[in-house]
Amino acid sequence: MSSGFHIVVCGSLVPDPLQTLEPIAGPAGPALKNEMMLPSVLDPWAAHALYEAAHLAKTAAGSKVWLVSLGPKAKLQQLMMTIAQKAPFELVVVDGSASGFTDPFEAAAALASAIEKIPGLDRSRLLVFGGCASASRDASVTMQMIGEQLGIADQFLGVDELTVQPSGAFKVLERIEGGQYQASECAGAPAVLAWATGNLPEPPNNPQVGMANMRGIMPALQKAQPAKVGAEGVTFAKVELPQQKRETRIVKDVPVEEIAKEIITWIKG
Amino acid sequence: MSQTNSDHNTAVLSTLPGDDVRQIMWRFADRYDLQMVVQSTRSVARGLVAKLVADGARNSHEWNEQKAEMLKAFDESGVTAVFMDPEDGGFIAGPKNMALALVAFELSWVDAGAATCSLAGNLALAPIHEKGTDEQKHTYMSRCLPAQPGENRKPWRGAFALTEPLPYVGVDTGVVSGKVRVAEWKEGKEPVLQVDKRGRFITNMGFANFVTAVVDTADERIKSSCMIILEEGDPGIYDRGSATLKLVHQLSSTCDPILSLKVPANRIIGGYTIKDGVIIPNFSHGEVIEAVFRRTRVTVALMSSAKLLSAIEPVIRYQRGRFRGGDSGAPGTPRYDLGLQQKEDAVHRLTDVWASGEASASLGFAAARLFDALDEVEKRKNQIFEEQGIKGARAQMKALKVPQQGALEYIKLLYQGGKRDQKRFEELGKDTLVQFLVTDSLANVLCPACKLWNTGHGADMMREAVSLMGGYGITEDCPGFLGQKWMDTQLEATYEGPEAVQRRQLSVTMTNELFLEQYREWIKEMRQLAAENTCIGAGTLAVAMELWLWTLEHLSTAKDENGKVLYHGQRHGVCFPLADALCWLLAVRYQMLDTLELKAKGPANPVLTEALPGFVNFFSDLCAVQAARAAGEAGKICAELVYGYHRLPEGSGTCACSLKAGSGVSFDGKETFVHLRNRLDECLAGARLAKDRAANAVTQVMIPEALDYPV
Repeated sequence: MSSGFHIVVCGSLVPDPLQTLEPIAGPAGPALKNEMMLPSVLDPWAAHALYEAAHLAKTAAGSKVWLVSLGPKAKLQQLMMTIAQKAPFELVVVDGSASGFTDPFEAAAALASAIEKIPGLDRSRLLVFGGCASASRDASVTMQMIGEQLGIADQFLGVDELTVQPSGAFKVLERIEGGQYQASECAGAPAVLAWATGNLPEPPNNPQVGMANMRGIMPALQKAQPAKVGAEGVTFAKVELPQQKRETRIVKDVPVEEIAKEIITWIKG
Repeated sequence: MSQTNSDHNTAVLSTLPGDDVRQIMWRFADRYDLQMVVQSTRSVARGLVAKLVADGARNSHEWNEQKAEMLKAFDESGVTAVFMDPEDGGFIAGPKNMALALVAFELSWVDAGAATCSLAGNLALAPIHEKGTDEQKHTYMSRCLPAQPGENRKPWRGAFALTEPLPYVGVDTGVVSGKVRVAEWKEGKEPVLQVDKRGRFITNMGFANFVTAVVDTADERIKSSCMIILEEGDPGIYDRGSATLKLVHQLSSTCDPILSLKVPANRIIGGYTIKDGVIIPNFSHGEVIEAVFRRTRVTVALMSSAKLLSAIEPVIRYQRGRFRGGDSGAPGTPRYDLGLQQKEDAVHRLTDVWASGEASASLGFAAARLFDALDEVEKRKNQIFEEQGIKGARAQMKALKVPQQGALEYIKLLYQGGKRDQKRFEELGKDTLVQFLVTDSLANVLCPACKLWNTGHGADMMREAVSLMGGYGITEDCPGFLGQKWMDTQLEATYEGPEAVQRRQLSVTMTNELFLEQYREWIKEMRQLAAENTCIGAGTLAVAMELWLWTLEHLSTAKDENGKVLYHGQRHGVCFPLADALCWLLAVRYQMLDTLELKAKGPANPVLTEALPGFVNFFSDLCAVQAARAAGEAGKICAELVYGYHRLPEGSGTCACSLKAGSGVSFDGKETFVHLRNRLDECLAGARLAKDRAANAVTQVMIPEALDYPV
């Protein structure tokens, strides 16, 4: 593969997982308390996709990475101060809600539309990356719908490994049930790959990369197009956080072997 | 002037202030390079550094592989390169004071030893950066630059060696026992110098590849003291010495090195000239370190600020969760939800810690920004002097007397606003020497003020923060490492110039007429603010500032019973407390200005739209709380100094308690002083209401589920 890939990563922000996430009824439906003020991170699954994209771009000469983000642009700007330092990419911003309460179909439509408008994007070399789910909603359907709207039939979900052959064909390992992988071969781009965790660690921040990215990021934020995404017509009957359960039993004077046996029995059900 | 509840809207603090808020308050919302530095440094601080502290890496004095991981992390994350100019491989153009201040702040949020480790490398390079020859700059900057992708190179590390073993340790930078002599000088060749230096408390010495050392001349063929670069491979002794048994900042390496090395004369920082067979260093050690220290002290001040602000979240979490899991207080009850925050004392004290942290950070960052401005104008000033052939400190001081009047005129015009002579104002605004004088006069006050107050008062308030955690506070695993931070603050009050040095410097610089002229304008500014912002405590501050100025002017002419002037450089009992009082006032002034900046610029940030009124209300209340405290401290000091040197009237015994009101001592201007004191007391009206509101906000603010370090 001499010309490389055009890799578009779909990823946006989610509230920092350490924050207090308290569902409330907002004027436009369910929301999180103080949502705009909660510090954000790049959705962890999308982040894996971005790191894998940057790695692939480095190894496949002629490749280029775009990050397409749907979210409030002011919050995306803050997020970019970290993400821009991780890997070289060009940012495309779709200004809209990144709430976990938006409808995945609307989000997919907005993202697909933004991808279609990327100037110079070569659809024959296109790999659409993203997370296999999002930390805010976990709907796990957005990437498939983006692929459908872009007319890309080769889709891989829960990807942990992508190995590109010299011909441009690639092998993919997808997570399936029972801790197994499904190994597939694909003739080449275009394809959609919804990543699980991949195999790469989070790259350290590199301000030099950040400064280079920033030259394109600020104009991208300024010319962000608004997108109407939400959950119109959808009614949430109830929203609540998973309950914390504390089932602690204090035992005294019991040998560790017996404790271990009891735990094993409990695990085996 | 006073605060009232009725004119204060009811929006409350929703969350702890995040980056959006801080970027506006500390004026780097438009600096993406700085915002990235913050994120980069934070990832190292709350990741690796926090892990090191949690793993007990502070429990050893020696430098080891575990601690050395920090250097790698600093390199990889760009923290090392913050100090470098783009032409040397860095990524931030222009002055770096604010950038380095943010680095120190972020690292100290977790551990100040890590900050010291990072900053000490810069301190070693700073003499070369400030006064070195082009060749020296290029050589050492490029060696210290972290390896770039594809490079197989270990970056050099440096140490700065000024402090020497007893009796001179840390006392007087003018007394140096490290010596430099001519070892060999062949005709037409570079002289070779013998350098003997014993250091004490030298940071980074456990791994430094080079040392920038302060030495005095011990040879009539070398004219003066200088700073000189010593390398690990130079012939002679490069003994790192034993590790200092520090109780604090253990993540930084500190040793007492013994250095006895032969080096070429071109290692003299800034170069040298030869005249009549004598080597004349282009810069004495004093000229070099003055340029260095006045900048690095600001970053030290901000280390303490970071600790105070970092204490807020862990203390709130501790207070709220204090009774959870016990037999009393089921979920949903106030005892379960608020825990210790049901008690007024607990939240009032935490409010005090928070208010001090805000004032301290505002003062420190204002100083850092000011030094960025000063760097630019100082460079232009130096260029002018070079063109005019004005060399040496005395000649420069003489030359700077000429534009003094223009500088005073500029300050007056600056604060006149629309009524001023705009043409003359612009003319003076373009005058480099005028601008230098004005900026320098302020920098000479803000630098020692923040170093002194942020660290000294910071240590007191860190103790308060620790006490709010109960017994947990003095354990190694206290969330937020508050016990360690408390101890560390004491070092920050000491190193890079202990408190007495800062008070001494302030007692001189705060009487500079250029500073005082600005100060007078600030009093008017505070009065104006008081009229516009009833809930910020500006009126209280205006009166306290007036009282301080009156006291300074009074003490400058008043004499004791022996006919000696009270305000005199050597009379530390007078000028040092007055310097302390000024620090309180300056800190809260900058706190107010930052709060007003947030109020003015916040609406432009859509992220803040909903939460902004709550932030502004809360920070305004903290200003009012801090203004009351500062006014109280300043008033107490002023009263003691004004009255304290008068003997009691004949026959009244030895105790003033027996005097009837008005029958005590008399002095010129007493009526004015008493009037100001009374006004000060009256201005405190509403201060406690502000504290109640702030404390109430502390009980309601939403905090994260868990602290984000160690991860």
